Amino acid sequence: MTLIFEQLLNGLLYGVMLFLLAAGLTLIFGIMGVINLAHGSLYMVGAFVGTWVANESGHFWLGLLAALPAAMIAGFIVELVVMRRLYSRDHLDQVLATFALILIFNETTTIIFGRQPIFSQLPDALATPIEILPGLPYPPYRLLIILAGLLAALGLYLLINKTRIGMLVRAGSTSREMVRALGVDIRLLYTAVFGLGALLAGLAGFMTGPVLAVQVGMGEQILLATFVVVVIGGVGSIKGAFIAGIVLGVVDTCLRAFLPGMLATFMPGPEAHSLGIGIASMGIYLLMAIVLLFRPKGLFPVGG
Amino acid sequence: MSRTVSIALGLALVILVLALVPPISQALGERSFPSLVARIMIYAIAVASLNLILGYGGMVSFGHAAFFGIGNYVVGILYYHHAEGVPLWGIIPGTDQLLITLPAAVIVAGIAALAIGAMALRTGGVQFIMITLAFAQMLYFFFVSLQQYGGDDGMIIRKSNQLFGLNLRDKMVMYYVILVIMVLFFAALWRVVNSSFGAVLAGIRQNERRMTALGISTYRYKLYGFVLAGMGAGLAGGLMAVFLRFASPDTLHWTESGELMIMVLMGGVGTFFGPVLGAAAYLFLQTYLSAWTEHWQLVFGLILLVVVLGTRGGLSGLLSRLTRGRS
Amino acid sequence: MSSTILFVEGLVKRFSGLVATDDVTLDLRDGLIHALIGPNGAGKSTLINQLCGELAPDAGHITLMGRDITHMAAADRVPLGVGRTFQVPSLLDDFTVRENIGLAVQAHGGGNFRIWDRVAVRRAIWERADALLADSRLKERREAPVADLSHGERKQLELLIALAGEPKILLLDEPMAGLGPVESQEMVAFLLGLRGKVTILLVEHDMDAVFALADVISVLVYGRIILTGTPDEIRDSAEVREAYLGGEEESC
Repeated sequence: MTLIFEQLLNGLLYGVMLFLLAAGLTLIFGIMGVINLAHGSLYMVGAFVGTWVANESGHFWLGLLAALPAAMIAGFIVELVVMRRLYSRDHLDQVLATFALILIFNETTTIIFGRQPIFSQLPDALATPIEILPGLPYPPYRLLIILAGLLAALGLYLLINKTRIGMLVRAGSTSREMVRALGVDIRLLYTAVFGLGALLAGLAGFMTGPVLAVQVGMGEQILLATFVVVVIGGVGSIKGAFIAGIVLGVVDTCLRAFLPGMLATFMPGPEAHSLGIGIASMGIYLLMAIVLLFRPKGLFPVGG
Repeated sequence: MSRTVSIALGLALVILVLALVPPISQALGERSFPSLVARIMIYAIAVASLNLILGYGGMVSFGHAAFFGIGNYVVGILYYHHAEGVPLWGIIPGTDQLLITLPAAVIVAGIAALAIGAMALRTGGVQFIMITLAFAQMLYFFFVSLQQYGGDDGMIIRKSNQLFGLNLRDKMVMYYVILVIMVLFFAALWRVVNSSFGAVLAGIRQNERRMTALGISTYRYKLYGFVLAGMGAGLAGGLMAVFLRFASPDTLHWTESGELMIMVLMGGVGTFFGPVLGAAAYLFLQTYLSAWTEHWQLVFGLILLVVVLGTRGGLSGLLSRLTRGRS
Repeated sequence: MSSTILFVEGLVKRFSGLVATDDVTLDLRDGLIHALIGPNGAGKSTLINQLCGELAPDAGHITLMGRDITHMAAADRVPLGVGRTFQVPSLLDDFTVRENIGLAVQAHGGGNFRIWDRVAVRRAIWERADALLADSRLKERREAPVADLSHGERKQLELLIALAGEPKILLLDEPMAGLGPVESQEMVAFLLGLRGKVTILLVEHDMDAVFALADVISVLVYGRIILTGTPDEIRDSAEVREAYLGGEEESC
């Protein structure tokens, strides 16, 4: 029972991570109509810069202060130099140009930081597990990530639903002409949204640092799952990204945790393990395929 | 008429040059060059099949490597069961006969394309791109999890396939087999592109609503094209397994799908010979850049970015602009 | 009186509360030109889109020559004889004029799944395409890419493409929209030439054209047909003048 609860928490953690990435991606999709494969690279930038600064300075939280602006600046540069030219292009050009960005980001990071993963040192207070339930110790840092993720979701909800910028963003995802008619510089709005997405990706990247290995290629691993979240949730829908992110995070984590063991009850150990992991890896894609078969525009389609 | 004649002459010349690559390379001591050209020819088949749906049919599939990889594994798995002497699922005997393994690769890839396409084509736009990617990833993880067939290490095909007593282990012989298959494939593709179906497919790319108003149930035609393209990729994947004597899950990885798309774009989307140029450009760049610097992906990324942002029509467009400028 | 080609009965279409088609009943008779007029927003395009199958009605029936086609897919109605034109021309821009018509002829004639023939040498297709072009001013533009055509030429091509499908009933969505006076007159003359050969449902704003062409006129206001009659009856109806012409003047 505690094992299940622990995995649920881990799933929730993965879920809020997916949400932080998917929120930016779904806005960029929904408002600008652009597929951005390089979103995972911004996540990687946040992770590397934050972890490096934390390690060099010896202060963990200084890392966060560095990660956020670094990811955002990277986002602005990407938007100004590349994405702007892609808004009017077809999906093929967008996919390939941002694919090129992945190569550029990955190789540049390799040149600067090398191919070996880097690790960050958590403050002791965050690293020492506390007993959240009888018999279930859990690292407080992981709880903090979940909390931060949920707070970011709440903040985003307020931003989108209660502010003028949010109103423009909502309008932009259904009708570009309307935003233009309101006399808003649409390019500025695009840059701002892109920067916001990059900021969230950087936040996710930095926070996962102590949990996962910070290494080149980390962006692509999570990117595909993020795309699945965006598509299942419905392109452009923050609410959809949140719900799909949490559900996918929990499903994926639980499949990986429990499926190999379940298979092992009726087949040899090593084969069960590899088949279990294989099927667990397929899980989210299978879920997406099923959702799209019944809801071709995802669960919460925006703009009819 | 003179145009047709000059095209035919040009093609004959290209085939002749390709046929002369092995002896000339050998004379120059460039022993690895024919292998590179052979890989280009195999990739050209896969890229051209993707171009059929992407360039001619307007379907941006991000999962084309799935069919390439299936072809790859069909040859590998058939060989495995041949070598072990144990039929697959107890009924399907293994084989190392090229005339069976390659058609099997084509057919199995076609069946997979039928199943995947039937589901994926119910969506469109971004969703189509993502669902094709999802299916390819599922197959990737599926093959990785099959320990019997080498898991994520892939499987080695220890002895080469058999064909009319030819020694396919000899790279030189294999080179000409690949050349012949590629020429036959492009001849067949030429017929498809210029057929009644080809016209319908081109119409769907331009304006699906119009085609519906003409009484065309676009779904069925797109699915047909999707299956044909899957079969082409299966052929290429099978051929690659025969050539490298190795089947690998990397052939199904999503980056492989991305590379196929890059080759389509570099060659020129929706042009007939673009895929050959695109495959050549990509593999030449990859080979020579990686020999020059270990950070070749940075250089390649920059080149790709410039190509996407700065050119229209890829290499084919560039060539036709150059030739038009001259005449 | 000639026989019924297309019969529409009690058709209803709602968009989130708004009733766009409100219990519409229409009886389109063989060989007649039946005009559908009404102010902007009356639901004329919504009606056409239901007849050709792009939209599914919420209630009612559409019967084509005795066969219920209410829930048939758009593409499946075409071979049964439902042809249409688009208000904003919807063409194959990379193809030439002749190729556009050729593909329409091919789609109608069949053999569309053939991958081993050569469409360029299917003589029956190209003879028929050239025959359709022969009657049209587009004949001189036959090899022009469609992307290069003027708006008026595109409208003409729409019509030729629809005729290539040998329709029993032709749904024309504002064929005169955006045409100059000379082009409009040519279009009217062309449509007059079709009278008696094809049944036409004509949605049009140009009243001169409507009264020059129509055998029967139905007036659609807020999704309802308020009157169906001969051009003279429509012209003399106080109700129509009130609901439609009056509304039109206000909007001007």
